[in-house]
Amino acid sequence: MTTQALPLAQPQTSFWSRLGNARRYIMIATVIGILLLITVLIGRVENTVADIVASFIATTITFATPLTLGALSGLYCERSGVVNIAIEGMMLGSCFFGFIAAGYFKGLGLPDQTALWLGVLIAMFSGLLFAALHAVLSIRFKVNQIISGTVINILAVGLTGYLNRQLFFQQGAHQLQSAGTLSRMPIPLLSDLPLIGGVFNQPPITYLALILVIVTQFVIFKTVWGLRTRAVGEHPRAADTVGINVYKMRYANVLIGGAIAGLAGAFFTLQSVGAFEPGMTAGRGFIALAALIFGNWSPVGAFAAALLFASAQAFQINLQFYSALVPPELDFLKKSQIVGMLPYVLTMVALTGIVGRTTAPAEDGIPYEKGE
Amino acid sequence: MAKATVVIPPSAPKPNRFSGLGQKILVPILAVFTALVIGGLIILISGGNPLEAYRGLIEGAFGTTKAISETFIWATPYIFAGLAVAIAFKGGLFNIGAEGQLALGALAAAWLGYGLPRMLDTTIPAIIHVPLVVIGGALAGGLWGAIPGWLKARTGAHEVINTIMMNYIALGLVSFLLNGPMKDPSPTNVIARTPSIAETAHIGTIFANPALRVHWGTLLALIVAFLIWWLLWKTTVGFEIRTVGTSSGAARYAGINVGRTIVLTMFLSGGLAGLAGAVEVAGLNYRHELSFALGYGFDAIAIALLGRTHPFGVVLASILFGAMRSGATRMQFLTQIPVDIISVVQALILLFVAADEIIRYVYRIRAPKEEVIMTRGWGG
Amino acid sequence: MADQISALEIKDITKQFPGVLANDKVSLNLKKGEIHALLGENGAGKTTLMNMVYGLYHPDHGQIFVNGQEAHIKEPTDAINLGIGMVHQHFMLIPVFTVAENIVLGNETIKGLQLDRRAASQRIRELSQQFGLEIDPNAMTGELPVGVQQRVEIIKALYRHCNVLILDEPTAVLTPQEADDLFRIMRELTQRGVSIIFISHKLKEVLAIADRITVLRGGRVVGETTPQTSDEHSLAAMMVGREVLLTVEKEKAQPKEVVLHVEGLRVKDKREHEAVAGVMLEVRAGEVLGIAGVQGNGQTELVEALTGLTHSFGGKMILAGQDVTNATPRRLVDAGIAHVPEDRHQFGMIKSYPIADNMILNTYHQEPYARRRTMNNKAIEEHAKRLVAQYDVRTPSVYTKGEALSGGNQQKMVVAREFSRPIKLLIAAQPTRGLDVGSIEFIHKRIIEQRDAGAAVLLVSAELDEVMSVSDRIAVMYRGKIIATVEAKTATREQLGLLMAGITPEQVAQK
Repeated sequence: MTTQALPLAQPQTSFWSRLGNARRYIMIATVIGILLLITVLIGRVENTVADIVASFIATTITFATPLTLGALSGLYCERSGVVNIAIEGMMLGSCFFGFIAAGYFKGLGLPDQTALWLGVLIAMFSGLLFAALHAVLSIRFKVNQIISGTVINILAVGLTGYLNRQLFFQQGAHQLQSAGTLSRMPIPLLSDLPLIGGVFNQPPITYLALILVIVTQFVIFKTVWGLRTRAVGEHPRAADTVGINVYKMRYANVLIGGAIAGLAGAFFTLQSVGAFEPGMTAGRGFIALAALIFGNWSPVGAFAAALLFASAQAFQINLQFYSALVPPELDFLKKSQIVGMLPYVLTMVALTGIVGRTTAPAEDGIPYEKGE
Repeated sequence: MAKATVVIPPSAPKPNRFSGLGQKILVPILAVFTALVIGGLIILISGGNPLEAYRGLIEGAFGTTKAISETFIWATPYIFAGLAVAIAFKGGLFNIGAEGQLALGALAAAWLGYGLPRMLDTTIPAIIHVPLVVIGGALAGGLWGAIPGWLKARTGAHEVINTIMMNYIALGLVSFLLNGPMKDPSPTNVIARTPSIAETAHIGTIFANPALRVHWGTLLALIVAFLIWWLLWKTTVGFEIRTVGTSSGAARYAGINVGRTIVLTMFLSGGLAGLAGAVEVAGLNYRHELSFALGYGFDAIAIALLGRTHPFGVVLASILFGAMRSGATRMQFLTQIPVDIISVVQALILLFVAADEIIRYVYRIRAPKEEVIMTRGWGG
Repeated sequence: MADQISALEIKDITKQFPGVLANDKVSLNLKKGEIHALLGENGAGKTTLMNMVYGLYHPDHGQIFVNGQEAHIKEPTDAINLGIGMVHQHFMLIPVFTVAENIVLGNETIKGLQLDRRAASQRIRELSQQFGLEIDPNAMTGELPVGVQQRVEIIKALYRHCNVLILDEPTAVLTPQEADDLFRIMRELTQRGVSIIFISHKLKEVLAIADRITVLRGGRVVGETTPQTSDEHSLAAMMVGREVLLTVEKEKAQPKEVVLHVEGLRVKDKREHEAVAGVMLEVRAGEVLGIAGVQGNGQTELVEALTGLTHSFGGKMILAGQDVTNATPRRLVDAGIAHVPEDRHQFGMIKSYPIADNMILNTYHQEPYARRRTMNNKAIEEHAKRLVAQYDVRTPSVYTKGEALSGGNQQKMVVAREFSRPIKLLIAAQPTRGLDVGSIEFIHKRIIEQRDAGAAVLLVSAELDEVMSVSDRIAVMYRGKIIATVEAKTATREQLGLLMAGITPEQVAQK
């Protein structure tokens, strides 16, 4: 039996092309490395290298949290065959409702952290509700899934904008109090380590994101659930003929994805900022989608891509710290817009096939019609 | 699988090129109606009076000549952007990138409006300057749109992903330029915007009354809608676009260069979106400002689908969406209902137009459905 | 006696689809350990019937008994639990899964939280040894040849302990050798107590392998027989409903100058395998060259290359003296090639287009349909009306959509378009596949008319009878090459059959 990994690819000979999907990780590591190196070179005039690296890693992990969660949300949906461009909308909607809920529970007299955790649950639940709409539209009504996603994206902007104004400005009486943000949870021992200790002192949603990457990798590739999910996304009729309920699998996975997008939403209002602003997810859902695609629909790949995209953001923020030290000819790197384009450009590059084939699940986005 | 044979009874009316018009309009109308009802319920639940809100909305959109003029001002970019998405749909492509293409069009138009005369250090006569600004904007949008088209034709990369990515690249680019090299340097300015374009680049208003801001760009939008209709159904280019959009296999069989047609379709689509931006700059705002173009791209998808991807349908849908946007301000003023409710209603309209099965079920419509053929998923 | 209980009994099954009565009181009795052939034309209702047994469709009326017990099969799971397995015509395998993953899907065993891959591979190896079905559980399914994929499907059924195995047109995609191998496996299975329903429309195979034969026509059972008491003629008559003499009335061909000259043509298929490996052929004006061969020997790719739908990577194609190697479809149409494609829904027509537009699908750019890029609707309409009348396309209007026509009328529409312009070369690929006998005869007649009008005709068909009755000369294609060309008049089925299996006269002589 041959062991060629890429059945459909052209016969490939060069060393670079023989690396296959490893190219993706090499590229990710290289770009992060370069960004880190520039940061160190600029910052070392006034700071120790260890401090710079630790700060870079910490900000990268923080920024990577919603991207990772968003990408995992999309992963469950798309592995089961439902395209999800509504990660952004689900995140925005749930970050609003989670925030409202946390404020409400605080108003009931609960301690801040308890209220925040209940807020996280409500955020996940509202993500699940948005996902339920997406699922019903795409699975039951077989609506084009890109349109269904667009519906949710517009709806989330409109609904949060409307309710935000209606609840806070028009009827000022019900002013909600913010419950603040989830506190950091240092990991015993690890967080006391010199230099890199800060990396192990993160707020809870960040830990959850990391755990979910590992869990998802295991679920998708090692368990019965994952096998069936992938089967339903690749060839639903084949799954149907061996007695797997295609619709059930798709519903379940889209709902799981929604709950995870809700967790990503909670990151914004309950872990990061402690307040809601209209449109505060600011396109992070689409970067998450880009990470999912860049990571070739694999959890670890998506996480790596999320780290890459987050490191670009971290890079720009870190340069702001060392603003005075940045040589004038590199001043443009301080602009968030320029570095902010990196994820999108890299994803477009990945799609051209330079860093290995990017292959979506075969039936991703195609509604399943049973025989009759 | 059994192949079903549809037997047409001899008594069935003979179809012609225009059959089923009433049927095509019925579902969109009911979709709009249903969305308004649900929007009303949301207003009611959140403590407002939906009837008053909608009265304010209608008054604000059509109550006075000025209101009607404002409605058409809103409708103008919607027509261009809606046509952009619609023509892509006809070509089997899903252009989520109208937003970015529009921004690029506006950016180019603004520069041609203020920068070019400065660079040439001369005044350009209006008869040249206005077309230059408009066409330049269209070209910029068209090229921005052609990139994902070319990538699809060349590598099979899905246009939905690439147009989403290019929206954000455009946003970054425009934001960088409007905050930097192209920023209005006047000392009072604190926001991201370009300087004003030269007067010679202004598209004139139709009426002498300064309160009526509606400009010749609106007429241009209607003419372009007609031209797109003519292109799609009366020319071989349109035949090629539609054929590629329906079946790439049949298109190859028919001797059509599929790749070139995809690039052309995306160029036209992007060009229309670019026109939306250019006409906004030259006819209304006389500059480009970062916050102007937000949200048109997604609204355009709703408009294209509500208009059944037909140019004339797009015009009607644009007027409806324009009326809602222009009436919303009045509604908020009269009833304190936030304008954001309009986005909710528009999302619901899109929902019911896309999931017309719901509408058919609720209103017990039996007639067959007309499918809009479009790309699904990432399969390519 | 236990043996008298049937493994599977179908009683008076009726199934109505919109506009079609797919099954009308169909009954069938599968005895234990037998191979029971279900024979019928395309669209006779064979697959529909079996999909109901497997739980994919539900009958409107009728009963199904498994081992003498009435069974209510609502889902494939029910069928699987009753010991029924089915190998579908289009394999239900996931290309990016390993063989083992495909086999266990839906019936997984777990160890802790994980899939127990080791146990699965173990079990698959056992089954594979027991039934002589060689297979590697860790191979990536999509990379396997179709014959091996079919084995995976069979093991998939055995893995679920099936006693009744339904094989839907299993030989359609196989080479003769692979088909023989399959027949060997089928006999092996019956000896181990598996009962088999074998769906086919190929008379020879049915006669060779079946213990009993049930013939289906237009959704009804028209008879049950055995290979001992029937022959090809009687089976064909039952299948079609009348004496079929698939001969076409034609004069002797008057071949003139060479129109198509193909030399050393090489084409790759979608999987980058060399499907056409140096084809050499010539077709003259006024003759029909038929290409016979088992499906999948490169015929599809040959036709696609000759019509510009795919590129060749070697060799030459000369049309009436002009080199047209790798010319675009547009140029070939303008140069006088007409093409009735194998898959009319993929290439030949657009279902959502009105007939009028379908009638100009590849000539829309020519006058009078378009002038300076503007379409002339009046000319298009008149053209369509003329063709609809001339080719007897049954439709209420030329603005009726293509999808509203029956298969036969759709094909007539394609034929009308392709035959209605002056042509030098006609390439017809499987022009009658899936059609009723009336339409088949109509199309054969028109092909001969084209020949007599002076066109060169290249006919590619998987139906040997069609090739033999329409062609003047027959070229046999095997593994991407033309291995022999014979005169149709003197050719025999036996001779062609051997050639199609790759056995040339020289080899026969050697034996």
